[in-house]
Amino acid sequence: MTDRPIKVLIAKPGLDGHDRGAKVLARGLRDEGFEVVYTGLRQTPEMVATAALQEDVDVVGLSILSGAHMTLVPRVCRLLADTGLDDVLVVVGGIIPDDDAAALRATGVSGTFGPGTTIGEVAEFLRANVRPRD
Amino acid sequence: MWAPDPVARARELSDAALAGDRRALARLLTAVEDRSTIAEAALRTLYPLAGRAHLVGITGAPGAGKSTLVAAMIGELRSRGRSVAVVAVDPSSPITGGALLGDRVRMQAYASDLDVFIRSMAARGHAGGLAATSATAAAVLDACGFDLVLLETVGTGQSEVEVAATADTTVVLEAPEMGDEVQAIKAGLLEVADIVVVNKADRPGAQRTASQLRAMLVAVARVGATPDPRPRPKQPEVLVTTATTGEGVVELIASLDRHRAALVAAAVGGSVSAARLTRAAAQVRAILAERVWSQLDSPERRAATNDILQAVAAHELDPFAAVERLVKSLPR
Repeated sequence: MTDRPIKVLIAKPGLDGHDRGAKVLARGLRDEGFEVVYTGLRQTPEMVATAALQEDVDVVGLSILSGAHMTLVPRVCRLLADTGLDDVLVVVGGIIPDDDAAALRATGVSGTFGPGTTIGEVAEFLRANVRPRD
Repeated sequence: MWAPDPVARARELSDAALAGDRRALARLLTAVEDRSTIAEAALRTLYPLAGRAHLVGITGAPGAGKSTLVAAMIGELRSRGRSVAVVAVDPSSPITGGALLGDRVRMQAYASDLDVFIRSMAARGHAGGLAATSATAAAVLDACGFDLVLLETVGTGQSEVEVAATADTTVVLEAPEMGDEVQAIKAGLLEVADIVVVNKADRPGAQRTASQLRAMLVAVARVGATPDPRPRPKQPEVLVTTATTGEGVVELIASLDRHRAALVAAAVGGSVSAARLTRAAAQVRAILAERVWSQLDSPERRAATNDILQAVAAHELDPFAAVERLVKSLPR
């Protein structure tokens, strides 16, 4: 399973309507050779977890600009763990203060990406950190 | 949970998937997409259990409303207590191999419903509107007991008719004012439709488009109504929907059920429907072609195969002679 494209879910949990970043990243990762499932705006943590399960993704990327990340992200992580998706890499993009980023890492987030991150950096991080599958 | 033996792993996954474990089902579909030995082993068990679901193909131009219509169909089918699986295919980049799978955006309302299973698939270079593995994915979902499996193709043009060989019932989606009567009498996609749906009925021209389609598709088919062994065009029903509001979806489901009932009735006496025989042939042919090619591309034969391809590229050998040589080089 060496040359299988990495499958990434890009989702926007919560109520903020700013999806430009998520769309740019989805498009950018497509150009990096990833298979990107884009689920759009206003996703509940349950929707994100169900999509991750049914799509059998390697990575869940959450885009949050509303400041609700400390509420939403741990819920997504817990739901993923509850459904046995503990081998899925979770990354978060948006405005995440450093203290919060550290706290999120403790709940299962592997990486956080703020403004100024390039697509290439995200792609590289995902390739380096995605967990091997059977 | 990882078993190194593909047969054991396949059994583990199929037993779990058949018992309703959606994660195992998702894993199996990944194995199918990756054409792994696990998938092959799992199909030994699963394929004989498939064949009960109604496989419905949904195809049409990009933006015609396929995903939105699928979402509306899921809602209607669920209100009748029927379980639904969706295989939604989007194109892969021919340059990077990447893909943006966006069909799910319209279908996210069913996250907590275990009787709805939606899977996006990248076409991975396969032309024809589906991925090479879509039919197998549908068989796995069928085996796992879904009442309907909806196969949504990539946005299609005029000739991506593969879905018709994969589905029991093919629905071709049109948008209003997409063309005049001459478009309707061209060969191709419209010809394989069992049901034609003019979507976006809230836009001007939908009823007119539907009447034009009805006039051209139905009238043409009737010309040859005399007994004749040659294959005749189908006579599709032409319906009108507004997928965003769900208008017309009840009629679409009724039409699907009628078509399904007709297939079942036609199959009585004969053991399988002609459509299913066509599907079997297409699947076996695809796997056969792939097997033969993988033999020619095996490490011990690759160099010889490449020499022949080089000769064709240089116009020193014609492609037919090349195939003759390649076939001869295969072990008996």
